[in-house]
Amino acid sequence: MKKILLAVVLVFSTTVLFAQQTTYPVNGSYDTRPGMFAFTNATIVVNANQTLTNATLLIKGQTIQAVGAGMAVPKGYVVIDLKGKFIYPSLIDAFSSYGIPEVATQARGFGGARQSVFVSTKKGAYNWNEAIRPETSVKTIFSADGKKADELRKVGFGSVNVINRDGIARGVSAAVTLNDATDNNVFLKDQTAANYSFNKGSSANDYPTSLMGSIALLRQTYYDAQWYGKQKEEYNISLEEFGKQQNMPQIFEADGWANVLRADKIGKEFGKQYIIKSTGDEYQRISEVKATGATLIIPLAFPKAYDVEDPAEARNITLAQMKAWEMAPANPAALEKAGIKFALTAFGLENSRDFWANIRTAIENGLTEKQALQSVTEVPASILGISDKVGSLEKGKVANFLISSDNLFKNGNIIFENWVQGKRFIVNKMDVADVRGIYNLNVDGISALILKITGTGGGSVAAIERTGVDSVKTTATFSRNGDWVSINFNLKKNPKGDVRLSGYLTAANPLTFKGESALADGSTGRFTATFKEASKETPKPDEPKPSLATGTLLYPFGAFGNAELPKQETVLLKNGTVWTNEKEGILQNADVLLENGKIKAVGKNLPAGNAKVIDATGKHITPGIIDEHSHIAGSGGINEGAQSVSAEVRIADIINSEDVNIYRQLAGGVTTSHILHGSANPIGGQSQLIKLRWGKSPEELKFAGADGFIKFALGENVKQSNFGTGLRFPVTRMGVEQTYIDEFTRAKEYAKAMSAKGNNVRRDLELDAIVEILNNKRFITCHSYVQSEINMLIHAADSMGFKINTFTHILEGYKVADKMKAHGIAGSTFSDWWAYKNEVAEAIPYNGKIMHNVGITTAFNSDDAEMARRLNQEAGKAVLYGGVPEEEAFKFVTLNPAKMLHIDGKVGSLKAGKDADVVVWSADPLSIYAKAEKTFVDGVAYWDIEKDAQVIKAQQIEKARLIQKMLESKSKGGRTQRPVSEAPRLYNCETLENYSAELTEQEHAH
Amino acid sequence: MRTNIKPYMLSLVLSACSLICFAQANISPAKKQSKTIAITGATVHVGNGTIIENGTILFGNGKIISVTTNGQVPQDDVLRINASGKHVYPGFIAATTNLGLIEIEAVKATLDFQEIGDFNSHIRSIVAYNTDSKVPATLRSNGVLMAQPTPQGGVVSGSSSVVQLDAWNWEDAVIKTDDAMHMTWPVTPRFRGGFGRPQVSAEALAERTQTAINQLTSFFAEAKAYSEMGKPEVINTRFEAMKPVFSGTEKLFIAADGQKDIVAAVNFAKKFGITPVITGADEGYLVIDFLKNNNISVVVKQPHALPNNNDDDVNMPYKNAAILANAGINVVVSIDGYWQQRNLPFMAGTVSAWGLDKEKALSTITLNAAKVMGVDKTTGSIENGKDATFFISAGDALDMKTNKVEQAFIQGRDINLDNLHKQLDKKFSDKYEAEKK
Repeated sequence: MKKILLAVVLVFSTTVLFAQQTTYPVNGSYDTRPGMFAFTNATIVVNANQTLTNATLLIKGQTIQAVGAGMAVPKGYVVIDLKGKFIYPSLIDAFSSYGIPEVATQARGFGGARQSVFVSTKKGAYNWNEAIRPETSVKTIFSADGKKADELRKVGFGSVNVINRDGIARGVSAAVTLNDATDNNVFLKDQTAANYSFNKGSSANDYPTSLMGSIALLRQTYYDAQWYGKQKEEYNISLEEFGKQQNMPQIFEADGWANVLRADKIGKEFGKQYIIKSTGDEYQRISEVKATGATLIIPLAFPKAYDVEDPAEARNITLAQMKAWEMAPANPAALEKAGIKFALTAFGLENSRDFWANIRTAIENGLTEKQALQSVTEVPASILGISDKVGSLEKGKVANFLISSDNLFKNGNIIFENWVQGKRFIVNKMDVADVRGIYNLNVDGISALILKITGTGGGSVAAIERTGVDSVKTTATFSRNGDWVSINFNLKKNPKGDVRLSGYLTAANPLTFKGESALADGSTGRFTATFKEASKETPKPDEPKPSLATGTLLYPFGAFGNAELPKQETVLLKNGTVWTNEKEGILQNADVLLENGKIKAVGKNLPAGNAKVIDATGKHITPGIIDEHSHIAGSGGINEGAQSVSAEVRIADIINSEDVNIYRQLAGGVTTSHILHGSANPIGGQSQLIKLRWGKSPEELKFAGADGFIKFALGENVKQSNFGTGLRFPVTRMGVEQTYIDEFTRAKEYAKAMSAKGNNVRRDLELDAIVEILNNKRFITCHSYVQSEINMLIHAADSMGFKINTFTHILEGYKVADKMKAHGIAGSTFSDWWAYKNEVAEAIPYNGKIMHNVGITTAFNSDDAEMARRLNQEAGKAVLYGGVPEEEAFKFVTLNPAKMLHIDGKVGSLKAGKDADVVVWSADPLSIYAKAEKTFVDGVAYWDIEKDAQVIKAQQIEKARLIQKMLESKSKGGRTQRPVSEAPRLYNCETLENYSAELTEQEHAH
Repeated sequence: MRTNIKPYMLSLVLSACSLICFAQANISPAKKQSKTIAITGATVHVGNGTIIENGTILFGNGKIISVTTNGQVPQDDVLRINASGKHVYPGFIAATTNLGLIEIEAVKATLDFQEIGDFNSHIRSIVAYNTDSKVPATLRSNGVLMAQPTPQGGVVSGSSSVVQLDAWNWEDAVIKTDDAMHMTWPVTPRFRGGFGRPQVSAEALAERTQTAINQLTSFFAEAKAYSEMGKPEVINTRFEAMKPVFSGTEKLFIAADGQKDIVAAVNFAKKFGITPVITGADEGYLVIDFLKNNNISVVVKQPHALPNNNDDDVNMPYKNAAILANAGINVVVSIDGYWQQRNLPFMAGTVSAWGLDKEKALSTITLNAAKVMGVDKTTGSIENGKDATFFISAGDALDMKTNKVEQAFIQGRDINLDNLHKQLDKKFSDKYEAEKK
């Protein structure tokens, strides 16, 4: 009893001090105590590798004095006997927003619409862009939050790393304990790490709107910080702080494995190894994640099962969602198995009480207890550089530890106490007798009853039963305070009304309660409850056991993904109609041999050798389709349109290998796509050429050795005729011209300065790209519509000394075909689009034919994920409108785009030595009746119409299995979420979005 | 002026555009048929699923007199058109389009297809149908000769009419006024993958949908009761416009895509004694028996579409119409938009490529469409007594590779196949030709 009383005093009196000094005055007399405690006879888990049995822990004030077995307790220590109990280091969360005021996001329109805020609205000598706020220091804004601290302590945490989760460069985090002392006394380390993310957070600036913009801004900031140190004209607090933080640990909050890879790539570019906080889907690309070498911080939040009872609604859940539900709990195990160092965080849990249930789920799915413990103690301590203070139980460290009934990870374990900085916090009372059982209850004036006490903490729930004549069964209100109990129940009759009992434990063997009784009629008396037998009911497990992850990984993770990637084969396509796109033209009854990813031979009666022979009789064999203008396979927006020039952003940074449109377009014979920035501004971003290698990682999709391109745009989109606030320059075609003149003028001056002063010039990623254009190292594809603007850009190019490689869309190309021809500019257009904007009022389907006839390299492109999968038919329209010869028409979607992308040496025709990017069609590919039956990229059949039918079937079986499993989980009481239908995201030239706002929205929706 | 040119010259003139080029404003509607015409030697694609090889089509006063195999041409003063080796198709019908109600999508002043308000049963498309639009001429030259301009927006959008595409104004364009009332079944909106999730919960969204359905039900119930009143005290123009829907003289088209929504929409209409036509029907293939048992016609929108769900068969949008038609459902195939209608033939071609017999695929843009619009007595196929609305193509008109419309007749009138695009083509091709010399 004494101990309990002491604990009560400690919890409620915050002015009690251990032998320590403080600057804070005390109101009244000082109450300074020795704070010396000895915890004896315990199983002490010093760290994940060392456990002492029957050991003693000595603490003094907030410091551990000694840990060991067979130790004598010196005089002056309060002894707490922990026989049969465990001591663990308190947990550490490396990623928390504890004690940070909620960030008020700036009012933006629906979905984060633009406000045309071009530079920082923050007063002071800070960075031009508000999302770069390294000057933020948690130590200056942190204030302990008692309620939240209590919540975290109950889970078992003793210290956390506090991060201000706002902005792209977020400033410095701090590690604090969860003690309820004054703010001055909880700091473990005031500067733990510099923090970053892709989310601009509360910044009022339009820029960046996209993920690639966030990446570009961060990259530019590194260069700006380097430059800042060398110059004397500008004072910039943000850049100064950014520079100072470079030697600290660097924590990057990314979301999902793809962003882990993206973040890591930026880090490597600047010689940094980020510690990356992700979302728990890393198992989907574990080898790529491992290759980053990054230490990860991983949440213990797992997806809830979907409510799939209604089959029509269940249809809306994707295979990816279902499989993620099944496999995410095995993510920590996968990380451990891969040898990736990681910490676990409670961040992102809907309810912190789920922490232990989820960690046990992870353990059941293969995570070792040792790793689990390390991931919540030593790993976060080492990440934060506070291993000298917390994370294990050693002499000299801070007295942050847990007392538990059992192994921490065992189901049913109870955390009794969480000591933080030598201060005791009671989670569950330790010395409370277990009073659970069945009792004979005798109450004056009532016939004999049975009392059942069950529940956690040694008894918290009661029920009353009477057998025989007046048989009754009812629950009772049961409350307990130490040895005192009060029990209320209502038997409805004999007697009517509430029966109230109030008494205390009078004997331990057998357990006996005695006390007063009061009936509804006002009569009072006595009651006695005597232990009869143990309750047969087993305690309810706190979570239904999840069935283990048994599914296989798919690449990509979802529909049409491959359990194993299709392999490169030696294949002989035999006896087809072969469209060579070479001088041989269309060969009848001819063969194509594919070997080692290349075309080995094209001709008649080729010897098969070891090749797998595919009979192509009656079929057409063509080079793969090349889409000059595509917006598939991108993440986080394809327009960075907040400024009129965004040459610094790179589609290469945001390639999304999981986009189902890759597979859909393979089904339409597409093998190479040029992924372009959108057309929201005169100079857009750098594009990325990809091959549709379905299942490979983002990096592996990239077309190696191809020239770099950049998107330019003219007309209604760049002058924002149909969207935006109308405040961003330019708003006329006149202004568009001057955007180019100004940009190229600056680029020339920049190049000159660079060659004169070298590294002392501020590196400008935007101008770098323009200089590349001037040096013929980067090539322009320009979105264009009407003849005046086309003419204008040709003039601007001539006067500024740059070349235009391609006009894309170019719907009035037919009006200036002679000028394009004279300048050697290619035209990539739509076959028959018009009337959707004023600038296409005179777009005609004969455009392709006219440009072709004038001698321009002419292509048809998609700009549309749907149309891209039938570009062969679009080529067929060149036959319909203007009678272009079939062979030439088909080149519009194969050889000609290859030429304009400078890859005709590798793809675009069927010729020995070129890449084995080949399509087998059921009929003449220009015909509406043609289907792509097989599509090879590098000799790998990524699309096979017969295999597709099998894949669909297998997918249905896998989904049925998962639905069954979800139904079982629900019937066992597992929590579910309502299916929310998700339509695939599609981009075209004009798609505008706000990546950061959506990230934030998504977080709030969860 | 063009109709008097001798037929054998016509195709020459039109395909080469060699004599005169007209500015768009001068593409005049053709004069009434003055002489009986016989098209001989053609492969006649009737539109009802059959073919007549070596067929002879005799037509006068705008109507088809006879369609025969290897038929003799009776009178001497019949104009003969030798179409041997060529194909004749009924004029294609563009169902549920905003053709003529919009000129340029991004220019607000040209948008006349979407009124404000939720229950716009009184709105009628025909009065806004613009015969001077530059778009119809670009459709005719691909074989699209009729259309159903349709209002959009709100829950009940208003009435469509059926028009032919060679007219001075909407009065003479009309084939059938107010053929169908159009409405959209209220559904819970879908969200894009990954981001842009709703700020409100799924439950709240579902409730919102239910509220919309309740309002719709009240509207129909009150309109129906109103229609049974002899003389209402206060005239309600919205309810007045619903009368022909309840009496069955005007069809009811309901846009619904999800399987549940299709079922709900049909059951809703049945409660009011109406057999609706379902438009959209993306998931129609999941409720085939239901559609058959209820005798529902379906307008499949846009076979050239991406699947709605990530996991769906990549080619399902191509297959849907074929699956439904092969199950015995009356299927119409359409395409979204207005200028896009020139690709309507290729929608039918796609449906054929993915499983439907070619002649049946043709029916989906001809006779089946005429049926759901209630104009199949006068048009939709090349049969005796119907309007002489058809065209001659050098090749298979459902395939872009071979679609080559050489001559077209609307109600017997030999129409001008020129259009803005051909004119601009000629203007600039001539320029470059001249520069070469």
